[in-house]
Amino acid sequence: MTNTLHRFGPSPSFNDDYIVFAICCRGKNEKDALPRLKKFLHMAIPFQPVNLGDARNGGCLRPSKELSPLNHWNRDMTPDLERVANGLDAPTTVAAVFDNRKAAVAFIKSVKEADLGLSINVSTSIDNAEACCDEVGIPRHSVGYSLGFEGKTEKLPNTQTLTLSTMCGHGMVSHSLAKKMIDWVKEGRRTPEQAVTYMARFCSCGVFNPARARRVLEDARHSMK
Amino acid sequence: MRINPDKCVACGNCTYVCPMGAIYIDPAIKRATIDRDECVECYACFNGLSKESLNPTMVRTIRKLFQMMRVRFEPEPDVCPTSAFEPDKLEWPRVVRRAFSDPRVPHESTGIEGRGTEEVKTNDVSGRVKEGEVGFTIEFGRPGVGARFHEIERMSMRLAKIGVDFEKKNPVTTLMSDIPSGKIREDILNEKVMSAILELKTTVDRTEEIVRVVKEVEREIDTVVVLGVGVRCDSNGDEKVVAPILEKLGYELHRAKTNIGLGKITNPDLVQVQTQEPAGAAT
Repeated sequence: MTNTLHRFGPSPSFNDDYIVFAICCRGKNEKDALPRLKKFLHMAIPFQPVNLGDARNGGCLRPSKELSPLNHWNRDMTPDLERVANGLDAPTTVAAVFDNRKAAVAFIKSVKEADLGLSINVSTSIDNAEACCDEVGIPRHSVGYSLGFEGKTEKLPNTQTLTLSTMCGHGMVSHSLAKKMIDWVKEGRRTPEQAVTYMARFCSCGVFNPARARRVLEDARHSMK
Repeated sequence: MRINPDKCVACGNCTYVCPMGAIYIDPAIKRATIDRDECVECYACFNGLSKESLNPTMVRTIRKLFQMMRVRFEPEPDVCPTSAFEPDKLEWPRVVRRAFSDPRVPHESTGIEGRGTEEVKTNDVSGRVKEGEVGFTIEFGRPGVGARFHEIERMSMRLAKIGVDFEKKNPVTTLMSDIPSGKIREDILNEKVMSAILELKTTVDRTEEIVRVVKEVEREIDTVVVLGVGVRCDSNGDEKVVAPILEKLGYELHRAKTNIGLGKITNPDLVQVQTQEPAGAAT
């Protein structure tokens, strides 16, 4: 899941971005992994993740297949964490996203105690991950560094847009939608909360961080003053 | 993917959600239209937009009336009001686009949803990257630019020239017609995908050489590239070997994914083997 690795931003911008994900290894521990993956998701809920998801069905905010016209004025924007945990139907990568270290550390501690046997990864800044491991009392096993975007970077949008769109590493949150949401928030046509839910619905594995996105949108709005 | 012109009301919502910017309102027919050469079949439009089933004629009439009164018709931005998107039956080689662009389609070669392999995410169980080794993921087209296989091939052939071993289970490797030379099969070279990842493993002492080659080729291709570098930490959880090399090359290391080493071999057949063989033999 390099989809969480290459988020755009300097280290401090990840202080509200902790993705803890579980994955099984093909040929080594995927048999009977489904109940353990489900347990991982259920265990995350009491720690109040800002998103929860699996790579097959998406996150806690999902598009509707049959929307009523009245929903344009009265749309349910409530994240449904239970649906994610209950809806996992086959082994895949599952993730819980937290907006603070305290919750992430507490969750990792409980996962360690549960001894699920799954590979657990933390995707955030290098410093944050090290701090999490120190607090939990486990040494890092392996690390995958992101070296940032290179090549024809002139094809990329501005930094605020990029910060939003790269929160879905699969690229399902387009630059254009992210830019449109920034503009709509600046114009007062939508609140940051509303704009965030529109974008989150496009992320197909539930790793989009609504809390961080809200902060980026608030920053964009305030930079107008 | 196609847009049914009988249903489309040209509201324009989909033009923003397409990650490749491949959807536009064609002024000749006044309907949203997909540029098939730019579309990577990621299904972000079909899967990501919420769907309504409004009557297209009614919506068009309302829009026209509003337009005449200079009133802005502003539906929710993540909705297709008439469910106008209809998936095509994809055939070779176009089907390759979807395999590398729609994250919900698992690659047959890896069994994993997405474009990569397990890399160091399962290194605590697979032991794929050992101390003294480095795993590289070289990703093309991300974020939101896209890449064609002839660009990827330029990199793979250059890397092959310096004698690297590509990860065999990687989706791009499976599309190589000649793995030792990095040659990708001819019939897909012009196919555009959201992103694709070349994966290779080498020894730490070759880190600088690999990075320099990648940077050289980046200048020749018309897309963005992002490098991921996976390494095994020492027994204290420290990694003081590869990070200094990368920093020497000018990289500021901000973000990483960290495998915290809680994985175990649990498949019954392997657990049985483990109990019969010396510890660690299975990994």
